[in-house]
Amino acid sequence: MVGAVKAEVAPVTFDLKRRSVRELNQFLHGELQGVEKVKVENPDGAHNLAVGLNGPVMVEIAGHAGYYAAGMNKHATVVVHGNAGPGVAENMMSGRVEVAGFASGGAGASARGGVLIIRGDAGLRCGISLKGADIVVGGSVGSFSAFMAQAGRMLICGDAGDGLGDSLYEAVIYVRGKVRSLGADAQVEPMTDADYEAVRGLLDAGGFSHSHREFKRVASAKTLYHWNADANQSY
Amino acid sequence: MSPPDSEPAAGMPQPDPYLEECALFNRQIIRYVQRAAATGLYEIRGLGAKRNLPHFDDLVFLGASLSRYPLEGYREKCSSETILGTRHARRPVRLAMPITIAGMSFGALSANVKEALGRAATELGTSTTTGDGGMTPEERKSSKTLVYQCLPSRYGFDPDDLRKADAIEVVIGQGAKPGGGGMLLGQKVSPRVAAMRTLPAGVDQRSASRHPDWTGPDDLTIKIKELREITDWQVPIYVKVGATRVFHDVKLAVHAGADVIVVDGMQGGTAATQWAFIEHVGIPTLAAVRQAVDALEDMNKKEEVQLVVSGGIRTGADVAKALALGADAVSIGQGVLLALGCNAESFVQDGMHLSAMAEYHKLGTAPGYCHHCQTGRCPVGVTTQDPVLERRLQPAVGAMRVRNYLKTLNMELTMIARACGKQDVHHLEREDLAALTIEAAAMAGVPLAGTSWIPGRS
Repeated sequence: MVGAVKAEVAPVTFDLKRRSVRELNQFLHGELQGVEKVKVENPDGAHNLAVGLNGPVMVEIAGHAGYYAAGMNKHATVVVHGNAGPGVAENMMSGRVEVAGFASGGAGASARGGVLIIRGDAGLRCGISLKGADIVVGGSVGSFSAFMAQAGRMLICGDAGDGLGDSLYEAVIYVRGKVRSLGADAQVEPMTDADYEAVRGLLDAGGFSHSHREFKRVASAKTLYHWNADANQSY
Repeated sequence: MSPPDSEPAAGMPQPDPYLEECALFNRQIIRYVQRAAATGLYEIRGLGAKRNLPHFDDLVFLGASLSRYPLEGYREKCSSETILGTRHARRPVRLAMPITIAGMSFGALSANVKEALGRAATELGTSTTTGDGGMTPEERKSSKTLVYQCLPSRYGFDPDDLRKADAIEVVIGQGAKPGGGGMLLGQKVSPRVAAMRTLPAGVDQRSASRHPDWTGPDDLTIKIKELREITDWQVPIYVKVGATRVFHDVKLAVHAGADVIVVDGMQGGTAATQWAFIEHVGIPTLAAVRQAVDALEDMNKKEEVQLVVSGGIRTGADVAKALALGADAVSIGQGVLLALGCNAESFVQDGMHLSAMAEYHKLGTAPGYCHHCQTGRCPVGVTTQDPVLERRLQPAVGAMRVRNYLKTLNMELTMIARACGKQDVHHLEREDLAALTIEAAAMAGVPLAGTSWIPGRS
């Protein structure tokens, strides 16, 4: 069946009412010569859609996706025309993942490269353990977002919940709205020209029209970088 | 600071031999209290639990006699072939022996050590395992069968490496610190280690204790499916737990779809963990094996899901006892480090034995006592990132020592299996064992020697 699909010319349509997630992923992992776009119909919140992609293909998911949509993405562009479950674009290496609706918890967890755009809100722990990717959220993010984020950038056009940026390393967060509370070792810092430039770039990447002047920068105070007897329970 | 085995200086008065030391507040506890009072920080150290625990030494084999028929020790074939991951994977892991090398990170260990472990494992037909911090090209190249760990920190986690792996191990916890995250102090976060982990060089790294993208067993089921989808269902997926509520954890891991369960008892080692965590959290390996086997038998999955046991496996007898209790394989960390020269007085450099004593003295310790992996100043070049110290372990020497050690263990294992009349080491069974202590009888669920009594069961 997969072999037969390989011969098709782009765009290829996968109807998940008739074919399995296994077939979809196996196809996407194969030689995709000539295939530029793959449309996934009737996803109905299925988990693990378009995971482990490793080439410059475009995948459009026509509806809601479950857990780990576009997980560990490399090179590909994946668009979810709906909401995405937990761990969308987790450990992404490169490429672009876009969620038209809302994203659940752990969006972009430990992502190392590429860009994740979420047009709606993101749930808890957005950008947890971030390792170099860019995350642009059109709405607000839930609590504990960017927890232990090591590298990369997060742009939040709405508000942030509690504990934003707890135990940050070198990742930088830009927030437009209110921050309910900052996590341990996170601090608001003055915006520099380089920060405004970064915000402009991220807004452009997501196609958002806010003014870059509206954003503030949250980064690590670096007081937890080394063991310290007076830090008490902060570790 | 003087090493623990040093003599009092000449001319110092000797303590009165009738002075009474308090059992509760003994010298070690006094030192602990005063150290805490001086620093306000808990002690972090390497290796595993040092306290005396019920262990495999408390079991003995009932060799063949009139009621059982032994095999000739040196002539008759006794297979040690081991297959892991038969449940779902298209390519299960096939090993020549049931003795594997445990996950230890590049970062905790030097690249030379990782290479030595890979070479030894490859020569013997067994597997080695990555650790927190990702896969190095050295270990992938040197290891025929490499297990790739997926850890809470996801340091260096890379789908390209995942696709190169021969098996995947989702690490929930480790025996030295169930419930705790990793730790690598700044002195070991070299520029290469830092770059692999996306951290600033020299930072005291505290890694996560929970996975970032799933929280409970139902999520884990989906996470395991994701890993299978990415690797096109080719390779087995192990789930590793630190031994605590083993019966329930094993059941949940099997339910989540694991092909292989790795249970690491509290004697398991660590590169750097809080002292109180190492000694006071988790249960002994002996108790953990039996709980894991009970869980698999309770689910009727013993033949379908393989069990790997780790945490204080040292000898061929330990391996044989773990197998007799129901494990399919064991995994060794600390024993392998000792084989490489950990806690030895000397290191080998181009065939010459050179003294490592000066480095032990600098650390305030001595061979036989050293647990200073966390400092990165390993006197024999094993647990270090220091460019000078790491040269003390030459990969060829290390590979030869580890190969010899594991080969010895496998010879001891097959010797015991033959003595018990088994043509295959996996035919060793609980009925072949007796316990020497009531504790071991209760934990392992085998009768106290000379009786048919299993405390709590009969």
